[in-house]
Amino acid sequence: MQNISMTINGKPVSGDVEGRTLLVEFLRNDLHLTGTHVGCDTSQCGACAIHVNGIIVKSCTMFAADADGALVDTIEGQANADGSLNKIQQAFQDHHGLQCGFCTPGMVMAAADLLKNNPTPTEAEVRHHLDGNICRCTGYHNIIKAIMAASGQDVSAIAAE
Amino acid sequence: MYNFDFVKPLNVADALVALASEEAQALGGGQTLIPTMKQRLASPEKLVSLSGISEMQGVDISGNIVTIGGATTHANVALAGAFEGLTGLAGGIGDPAVRNRGTIGGSLANNDPAACYPAAALATGATIVTNDREIDADDYFQGMFTTALEDVEIITAVRMPIPQVSNYQKFEQPASRFALVGVFVAKYADGVRVAVTGASENGVFRWSEAEGVLSTNFSADAILGMSVDSSEMISDLHGTKEYRANLVRVLTGRAVSSAS
Repeated sequence: MQNISMTINGKPVSGDVEGRTLLVEFLRNDLHLTGTHVGCDTSQCGACAIHVNGIIVKSCTMFAADADGALVDTIEGQANADGSLNKIQQAFQDHHGLQCGFCTPGMVMAAADLLKNNPTPTEAEVRHHLDGNICRCTGYHNIIKAIMAASGQDVSAIAAE
Repeated sequence: MYNFDFVKPLNVADALVALASEEAQALGGGQTLIPTMKQRLASPEKLVSLSGISEMQGVDISGNIVTIGGATTHANVALAGAFEGLTGLAGGIGDPAVRNRGTIGGSLANNDPAACYPAAALATGATIVTNDREIDADDYFQGMFTTALEDVEIITAVRMPIPQVSNYQKFEQPASRFALVGVFVAKYADGVRVAVTGASENGVFRWSEAEGVLSTNFSADAILGMSVDSSEMISDLHGTKEYRANLVRVLTGRAVSSAS
């Protein structure tokens, strides 16, 4: 076991982990931050997507010890300070961007990663950026619409499904 | 996965010391190695993460040479925009999260027969720089998952001569998004190089017949009537040998068209 520490959603945390402890296991099992999901465990589905040092990664395919000292952001830190949904989360609700909700934490984190670097993406850029996030319910259209709306763009021409 | 000791040295010298013990394994971005370990197809006793080594990070462009640190992620190679073929290749690997972790050194050290980077290294005649020598790409790739690397040897950098024009075309296997076949074409003043990944049972290779033709006539039409020997191609449920051989020809044509 080794002791690691990092800053998660602005708060310093530490814990003892094995070499093989995945970052998502540290988040969910040790810190009880269960908003980050494990879907496939093979780095394909993106339900475990979080930000490490400001960029999106799949937390099922990174060791916790490799994030020692890092700045980590998860879905639990996305809401506004008063607890209300942030712009992206609210857009997912407004545009029915989720059904079962399992993929949603990863989708929101992927959307936040995109909009940080590309504040007004095209629909094609949104779809390209979600390459690593799989949803089995929605058929993606309303997720795309929600992200376009969160970027402040007019989505009235994007068909609802 | 089986447990192991995790170490994260801050320089190459310390990494080499850590790797010198039995059953130690270097860890790049882990986008291949971690899934492999989950399946217990690899079970190192010690993992030596290379992601903390700052001297192996970054992209430097000086004159006609781009030098990429071995621990540089695909995302950062794409961002550097050194030349079209390389930028397109790096920006098309996996997905954004994978590109933020996976590294050029990790990809080249693993030499997966369907990985993208070996095609770029071979097509540009890259130099693979390790902690104690420099290896020409033509000597480096030695078959599927096999390279000239010794047990305790780290790719610290990759040097590529910048082509006049270049392009990478990938036909994605629709489930894994790995290259079913990928072709990198690079045109230099002294000739054209064509490297093919995903297709051969022997890993990445140069299509030398096409190189000869394209060096005198750099157009997609020039290779239209050529055929590729399919006898040593990979055959699986995603495509037969003949299908892959044909893809090599088609993708080479597309790469030439896109590059010119």
